[in-house]
Amino acid sequence: MPELLDLIVDKYNYWLYIVLMMIGLYAMIGKNNLIKKLVGMNIFQTAIILFYVSIGYKKGATIPIIQGDHGHGAADAVIKAADYINPLPHVLMLTAIVVSVATFGVAMALCVKIYQRYQTLEEDELRMRLSEK
Amino acid sequence: MKLVGFIIVCLTGGLLLYGTGELPAWGDPNSPASTHLSDDYITLALEQTEAPNLVTAVLADYRGFDTMFETAVVFCAGLACFLLLRDFRPKKDHYYRHVPTGVMLHVKNEARTVRTGREFEDMDREWVPSDTIIKTVCRILIPFIQIYALYVVAHGDFSPGGGFQGGVIFGSSLILLAISYNLKTLVKRVTEKFLGVFSSLGVLVYVGIGAIAMALGGNFLDYGKYAPIFGEHHIRALGMLGVEIGVGMAVTAVMVIIYINIVSEGRHDEGL
Amino acid sequence: MNNYPAIVVIAPLLGALFAGVAAWVEDRATYPIALASLGIAAAAAVNDLITVMISGPIQYNMAGWAPPMGIEYRIDGLNALVLVLITGIAFLNLVASYKNVQQETPDRSGSFYVMYLLFVVGLVGVVSTGDLFNLYVLIEITSLSSYTMIALGDKDRGAIASLNYIFIGVIGASFYLLGVGYIYIKTGSLNMADVAAMIPAMTESSTLLVAFILCIIGVWIKMALFPLHVWLPNAYAFAPVGFARIVAPLMTKVMVYVMVRLMVSVFGYDYIFTTLSLSDGVVWMGTIAILAGGIIALSQKNLKKMMTYIIVCEIGYMVGGAWLGNELGMTGAILHIVNDALMTFALFLAVGNMVYKLDRVDITDLQGLFAKMPWTMGGFVIAAFSIVGVPPTCGFFSKWYLILGAFEAGAYHFAAALLVSSLICAVLFFKVFEVCFFEPMSEGHGHGDDHGHGHDSHGEHAAVAIEEAPVASVITLAVVSVSLIVVGLYSGTIVDRIILPFLN
Repeated sequence: MPELLDLIVDKYNYWLYIVLMMIGLYAMIGKNNLIKKLVGMNIFQTAIILFYVSIGYKKGATIPIIQGDHGHGAADAVIKAADYINPLPHVLMLTAIVVSVATFGVAMALCVKIYQRYQTLEEDELRMRLSEK
Repeated sequence: MKLVGFIIVCLTGGLLLYGTGELPAWGDPNSPASTHLSDDYITLALEQTEAPNLVTAVLADYRGFDTMFETAVVFCAGLACFLLLRDFRPKKDHYYRHVPTGVMLHVKNEARTVRTGREFEDMDREWVPSDTIIKTVCRILIPFIQIYALYVVAHGDFSPGGGFQGGVIFGSSLILLAISYNLKTLVKRVTEKFLGVFSSLGVLVYVGIGAIAMALGGNFLDYGKYAPIFGEHHIRALGMLGVEIGVGMAVTAVMVIIYINIVSEGRHDEGL
Repeated sequence: MNNYPAIVVIAPLLGALFAGVAAWVEDRATYPIALASLGIAAAAAVNDLITVMISGPIQYNMAGWAPPMGIEYRIDGLNALVLVLITGIAFLNLVASYKNVQQETPDRSGSFYVMYLLFVVGLVGVVSTGDLFNLYVLIEITSLSSYTMIALGDKDRGAIASLNYIFIGVIGASFYLLGVGYIYIKTGSLNMADVAAMIPAMTESSTLLVAFILCIIGVWIKMALFPLHVWLPNAYAFAPVGFARIVAPLMTKVMVYVMVRLMVSVFGYDYIFTTLSLSDGVVWMGTIAILAGGIIALSQKNLKKMMTYIIVCEIGYMVGGAWLGNELGMTGAILHIVNDALMTFALFLAVGNMVYKLDRVDITDLQGLFAKMPWTMGGFVIAAFSIVGVPPTCGFFSKWYLILGAFEAGAYHFAAALLVSSLICAVLFFKVFEVCFFEPMSEGHGHGDDHGHGHDSHGEHAAVAIEEAPVASVITLAVVSVSLIVVGLYSGTIVDRIILPFLN
């Protein structure tokens, strides 16, 4: 039992992201309203960001901005890798955030367009309107 | 659909949980992700690029090529909103408000328009008159927000910040203008054509800096090749600043384009 | 310094940005800019291919940083071949589709070309890159531009089809991204070559297995392998013609390329076929995809929809071939990427020409089309023969390799599915030809007089007033149709000089 507890404590971030991600995925598949689906999509993408940022964390390290006097001769000072967290996941997630915002913007524009045409955002109503033709 | 969704969620969740079994513990400093490349970036980046903010160093230099496409994605989103929603048909009805009396005027003849100014102001159909307090506060705030945005862009390689963040702050200051006054005020000051050209130009600055480095005999985006023109000192950090400015321009313009097109359903006349 | 690998990607991107400025200043300038930038990209791609054939793979470090810290482009035979294919098809389609774009999006054609170029940038970048995360960003550019373009198509259905595509596309791309995350947490690297060197040491890891499954499923969703194909038919059928012509041949094929790249250059044969021994199951999936795609295509009444289900069927060929686990199968799959892109392009060019004149292309609308549009139908026939797999056309040769590979691997069901699908396609196309050739033109077209003569012999059908599509479209179709045969005749050379050096 203590081992299981250790396992949970060690990795709870990874478990949480899975829960969050599945909430988003379920909303994307199971919900009927297009806006709710979009919200689900956002949760889904945010969960991935949480996962990546968790990868970057290192115990006992600080944000990856080199401290101290970094004007002249800063390169001489010794920089210890253990003092700073991993910058790479943060860079990747900056990209992923921008991508998800862009996708969300386009999806919103499409929702507006659909609403202009059909006056509804409920999927079953849309399906009914389409099959009437 | 709900049942299908539930089954898919259970399967995917199970798969992911299975995958966490062998992951290194959270925050373990000896995991491969924290040692293989990360150490190199942390110890070498300041020396090689002279940017103390390692995230910016990786973002705009080591992986600058990624970031260029990221900016292209932003540009693409702005263009998408324009292409999908923009509606060039002129509006039939016009609403005005007589400022001294507060009387609403509804002009149905599309040929006749009322000159706005001291006496009349533009109104939306579903919009309450803008409040003097809100207007004044926002008018005072907006320039400060914009200066802060420029600071965030310019300071990206020393402290948290950069083109994306600064661009979003600048864009939001313009959106604040639209919210506190009305959309027409914004569209009149920042025209659609300006925004369209500006968003392309922003990405063009980024790609241009890369392409000129190529013309100077280096690889694409190799800022070091600018040394003969700008001097050796801090040349890579300078290159980063250049591309961050481009990113900031593009993001600002695209934020406003997306906002205007979505709130006004592409009519650019009234909205939130 | 050899900068051509970068130029292939940068030229269309610069073109898109200049065109983006020009769209606001002088709308007419966008088309020449787009054409010029794609021409430059195509020339650079051909140059890459020649360099690779003479002196082996090219490596290009972006921003001058050596991998794995920086992003590298590694152009080998497979990349270079697909790059030439993409840039060539994008260029030809732009030539062919000028009139279609004017017809479909008259008031925003400038921005249409910008979006078109961004789509090509994404495809070209996906194919060139040697970095796992860079691949994701570029997939998102392609997806975002295709979401937009599809929504510009059909007024009633376009936006809905596109939104469904967004939901499924985001799930696919996110799965891929998550897979990359699992790879990263296990190896600490994003560079394909670097990761590939570390994988043999950790084949037992459950994390790696999950990473592999996530990446592959993500790519399968994007390429529309059979049970995951639901977004494709609507999206492609309702897209504007000028865009459908490029997205249909290229998007799915590029995703097949990504799958092959992940299999060959990242995870490696040993891991996939020896450690996991997944071959059988996936080849069965390919078999099912082929049969299901073919049968659903048979039941379609609209020509565009029918073509989209043929794409689903063809995806089954390539996935099955690549997972047979032997060299012949992989050769067939790679050769089929090239052939299928060309065949689908020819088909959609022909269908686009019909749409330009007829507007609606239900099969019953096509009556008497051989007489009305002889050149278009000529191209359509050659493309159809190629899809069926009639000898001198290229479709035959890749199918030949696939069948040989299937026999070598003992996957007789896959070989049988290939043959059955050829039969289905033959039935399908002859159904269309029958309507186009033998049934008289429907009333209301105003050719009553010419019509009477036409019944005497088929030769005189040509006497009916010809209403062809724009000259540029017809000429492009002719070029592509001829290339179907030329590529078929030279497929031995392609295999010997490009594909086999890549696989070994």
